[in-house]
Amino acid sequence: MSEEKQCQCAEIQEEELYPRLEEVINQHKGKGEDLIMVLHKAQNLFGYLPRRAQEMVAEGLNVSLNEVYGVITFYNFFSTVPQGRNSVKVCLGTACYVRGSQEVLDKAQKELGIKVGGTTEDRRYSLDVVRCIGACGLAPAMLVNEDVYGRVKSPHLVDILKKYE
Amino acid sequence: MMISLTIDGRPIEVEEGATILEAAKVANVHIPTLCYLPEVQAIGACRVCLVEIEGNRTLQAACVSPVAKGQVIHTNTDRVRKARRFSVEMLLSNHPFECLSCAKNLHCELQSLAYDLGIREIRFTGAKSGGRIDESSPSIRRDQNKCILCRRCVTVCQEIQSVTALFTQGRGFDARVEPAFDRDINDVACTNCGQCSIVCPVGAITEKEYIDDVWEAINDPTKFVVVQDAPAVRAALGEEFGYPPGTLVTGKMLAAARKLGFDRVFDTNFAADLTILEEGTELLKRVKEGGVLPMITSCSPGWIKFIEHFYPELLDHLSTCKSPHMMLGALTKTYFAKKAGVDPKDIVVVSVMPCTAKKFECNRPEMYDSGYKDVDYVLTTREFAKMIKQAGIDFENLPDENYDDPMGEYTGAATIFGATGGVMEAALRTAYEVATGRILENVEFTAVRGLEGIKEAMVPVEGLGDVRVAVSHGLGNARKLLDRIKNGEANYHFIEIMACPGGCVGGGGQPIPVTNEIRILRAQALYNEDAHLKYRKSHDNPSIKKIYEEFLGQPLGERSHHLLHTHYTPRSKF
Ligand code: SF4
Ligand code: SF4
Ligand code: SF4
Ligand code: FES
Ligand code: FES
Repeated sequence: MSEEKQCQCAEIQEEELYPRLEEVINQHKGKGEDLIMVLHKAQNLFGYLPRRAQEMVAEGLNVSLNEVYGVITFYNFFSTVPQGRNSVKVCLGTACYVRGSQEVLDKAQKELGIKVGGTTEDRRYSLDVVRCIGACGLAPAMLVNEDVYGRVKSPHLVDILKKYE
Repeated sequence: MMISLTIDGRPIEVEEGATILEAAKVANVHIPTLCYLPEVQAIGACRVCLVEIEGNRTLQAACVSPVAKGQVIHTNTDRVRKARRFSVEMLLSNHPFECLSCAKNLHCELQSLAYDLGIREIRFTGAKSGGRIDESSPSIRRDQNKCILCRRCVTVCQEIQSVTALFTQGRGFDARVEPAFDRDINDVACTNCGQCSIVCPVGAITEKEYIDDVWEAINDPTKFVVVQDAPAVRAALGEEFGYPPGTLVTGKMLAAARKLGFDRVFDTNFAADLTILEEGTELLKRVKEGGVLPMITSCSPGWIKFIEHFYPELLDHLSTCKSPHMMLGALTKTYFAKKAGVDPKDIVVVSVMPCTAKKFECNRPEMYDSGYKDVDYVLTTREFAKMIKQAGIDFENLPDENYDDPMGEYTGAATIFGATGGVMEAALRTAYEVATGRILENVEFTAVRGLEGIKEAMVPVEGLGDVRVAVSHGLGNARKLLDRIKNGEANYHFIEIMACPGGCVGGGGQPIPVTNEIRILRAQALYNEDAHLKYRKSHDNPSIKKIYEEFLGQPLGERSHHLLHTHYTPRSKF
């Protein structure tokens, strides 16, 4: 899966967003108390908070980068990794867990080469866990974008993932 | 307005707005605390200071609860004792029990709380948080497995030092105190000031110890081991041996150093006098020749690292003088080596300092001007006390001894270097006499003494006009001063900046605890010594005159320039 040639367009688009972040920051210049608000805007802009954006916010609002990162890691809303084009979520709710969803998750991490919360380098997939998606009858269940998959066995996983570009 | 209430049956009156903890102090009632840090932080996080208020269903954290009129408070009920014990048991549930080999053994607040609260078994064992040990810094060592997330280090680093090298990252079970991206502390803008190591109640942040290296040098018969100590050390070391804060233990300290096996004991104070001559001459030169003003002192390596990271555009304002112990190191391996006929390659220089930042400083690549590493190891006051204890020396019954020649003589001007304002006062004493050629009658510049964050004074000096000076201590205050300079609001000639609150007496390597009261007592000890010394001006020191005659030539001369002065490196603020 990782042999594919990487698409650079995500990075190129990202590059164009920095001037817009600069504008946002300029409206809050030196105002450390606006940190969460500015991070929120930055996150909406990029879909996540790249390190360069964090450094710009720290510099512009006159807040330590170490504090900026502390705030980012405190709130679930913020993410320091970009979201992939497809979001894969493995259910670890009780029903799924007792039916072996941990094994599915382990397999997914191995296949994608990322940890929970991570995104593949080609930004094709992000991996997360959820607690019960209301499909307990189909446990173990997982979600890819809006699609629910039930009775997932780890050998099926690769076939499911392949369907999403 | 005063309000009245009752604590443990005792009626008292306190100022409205006081906390229950403060009120208890008035009533002489002891309430245990952990995350609370006097003068710095009250956040109600650890729940160790719980008390019972009649009519209140839940117990309250005394450190953050304000008193109310007519309250009836109990600090010692069965319920309170159990709740406090439970709070500590929770902290212990994921603690590594390494007391026997922990740097904080017998000095750990968690340990003594567990003892005081009568914890005799570990009832809860949770998953360990799996923190990491960060030994990247030559100054401080962080063992996050022992961190209890009290945030004292974070608050000190942010609010007092305005550095914020550490912050709470993540939350819940993942919470940890780390720099951004969990980088090593040595890779971020940390000043190495060690204030975090003073306030950490446990062994999660301590100085990086070099005790074993020093023992090894002492035990090596081919090495000639020289020790020097800074002025603030003698005013605080006694605390480690039960003396009250503010007791000068100079003589016993020197006797102890010889018993430990050091071959010579020199005084950093000697080099402090030297600094005054070099720095004073530099100042006069800048004033006369229109050099960069204000000139700022450079003897506090935590401060140096701070300006390198956060105000690199102002580096030209720094005096080029090395800190005194670095000067003494360079002179030991040149001037002294030659005089004593010892090969400098066999000399090991150990500095006993109130400071953790000097551990970093002595490892800077610029500090090899003698042709060797100018200072080999820096020990904190705390480490030096540990060595004395390891050697089983009966400190109290030691005789008083003296420093060795040729770098053991010092003046009162040097000894006050250990307190905020001391360098300024010492510099003014010399600058005045050098500039005017007249005797300065009243040598005490009291306007620059004391714990006010930023102190200012104006000294009329004939021939120069009014010399405007400022003094700050604690890096938060330094930041304020630098911002004034940047905005063109400051027209000082000379500024003294110390990284640590109170100056070196409150340094990051000093005995714990350090409070304002203790800072004042330690400083007082130095001012008292100054008042009783024969020589109180650096340029009057006979050994200083001698070293210029025999070796250095003149202040800012070629040899001085090579051995006693340095340059600085701009660094990133991230
Ligand atoms: S931090 Fe305190 S309680 Fe923990 S191991 Fe060290 S001495 Fe023991
Ligand atoms: S050494 Fe000083 S600057 Fe570094 S983390 Fe500790 S308090 Fe902050
Ligand atoms: S490192 Fe020490 S001071 Fe900092 S939060 Fe942990 S226990 Fe508290
Ligand atoms: S537990 Fe997985 S869907 Fe309910
Ligand atoms: S000391 Fe009061 S809650 Fe920690």
